[in-house]
Amino acid sequence: MAEEVMLLDFWPSPFGMRVRIALREKGVDFDLREEDLSNKSPLLLEMNPVHKQIPVLVHSGKPVSESLVMVQYIDETWGGRSPLLPSDPYERARARFWADYVDKKVRLGRMVWLSTGEAQEAAKEEYIECLKVLEGELGDKAYFGGERFGYVDVSLIPFYSWFYSLEESANFSIAEECPKLVAWAERCMQRESVAKSLPDQYKVHNFLLELKKKLQAQ
Amino acid sequence: MAEEVILLDFWPSPFGMRAKIALREKGVDFDLREEDLSNKSPLLLQTNPVHKKIPVLIHNGKPVCESLVIVQYIDETWGPESPLLPSDPHERARARFWADFMDKKISLGRVVRAPTEEAREAAKEENIQCLKMLEGELGDKAYFGGERFGYVDVSLIPIHSRFYALETLANFNIWEECPKLAAWAKRCMQRESVAKSLPDPHKVYDYMLARTKKLQVQ
Repeated sequence: MAEEVMLLDFWPSPFGMRVRIALREKGVDFDLREEDLSNKSPLLLEMNPVHKQIPVLVHSGKPVSESLVMVQYIDETWGGRSPLLPSDPYERARARFWADYVDKKVRLGRMVWLSTGEAQEAAKEEYIECLKVLEGELGDKAYFGGERFGYVDVSLIPFYSWFYSLEESANFSIAEECPKLVAWAERCMQRESVAKSLPDQYKVHNFLLELKKKLQAQ
Repeated sequence: MAEEVILLDFWPSPFGMRAKIALREKGVDFDLREEDLSNKSPLLLQTNPVHKKIPVLIHNGKPVCESLVIVQYIDETWGPESPLLPSDPHERARARFWADFMDKKISLGRVVRAPTEEAREAAKEENIQCLKMLEGELGDKAYFGGERFGYVDVSLIPIHSRFYALETLANFNIWEECPKLAAWAKRCMQRESVAKSLPDPHKVYDYMLARTKKLQVQ
């Protein structure tokens, strides 16, 4: 039976991007289905009844949800080719810790583009702090795990597609604040899996501007 | 070289309980060190500089942080004959999904800390809805993974330590609407690893009462 791999997705979602990258790293053919989040498909509601959110991976009819759970699933299922998690348990724990750190801090980025004035300044400071912590963990390595592109890189790189919008919104330069991190991001962007999976930053910016208008109108 | 396993902990923490249960399930000898969270030890600050929180597992000098990362590390390092996570990738993804769900959605603290009766009722209702979802996932199985005590059970059972305190302080019986979970909790408590790792319910009550009073005084 041919393997059926479907990804329910929404193009600006960094969480969706993680899964797209992982599938492409493994060379898995998949059917990418774009969701309209204001009108969620019956398939999405059936496959992720708990959170009703994208991304959702549907593999031979069985759903997997939550982006980091999905990336680990992809790594374990299509194991042979380019492992994303290291083999050593301690290094694996370290990778999981840092991906979890990224998830804990995601809302800070959101606050940067959504807020204004003093609140935005404060959010920006916190956000830069987090990027600096990540930059510290990266150090002088090519990727977070060392020489090879892996789990933490997959978890973080999608947010690079949002950098331009955040910079425009809060008037700062991430490259100035975290040059090593931006160099790492550009290195990742040279990988086909990443370049194909991240949307154009200007497209993201326009999307976020529209979303902001909508949210402020409410 | 003898193995050195230290756990930096705080006895009422459900996150610390997860690590203790996992270590005991695997029969690992460990040095349990109680932290005073108002006066964190240099060791804690050094081994978890990012979050400065317990639990921290220190294995031969190398720290692992974040309770679910710790549990997975323990599972991968010790006792391969009694795994906490299933071997099938889809079942593993399912286990990870539900542990993530409870961390995202369950907040018993919000019930206790609620500033108004209305907020308290709302917090209770939200928690009950989430517990019902977990009960739906458990179904008629002995444990979340089936016949064997595993990852999701380890992740969830610590909330049972707050059962008495919540009922007495907030008139909130967490298992009242979930009879299958109540039975599951009883079943888990029969395991030595769990019984040893969950504190005395009256001690938990005293602790939560003191904290609530502290909050009110502020």
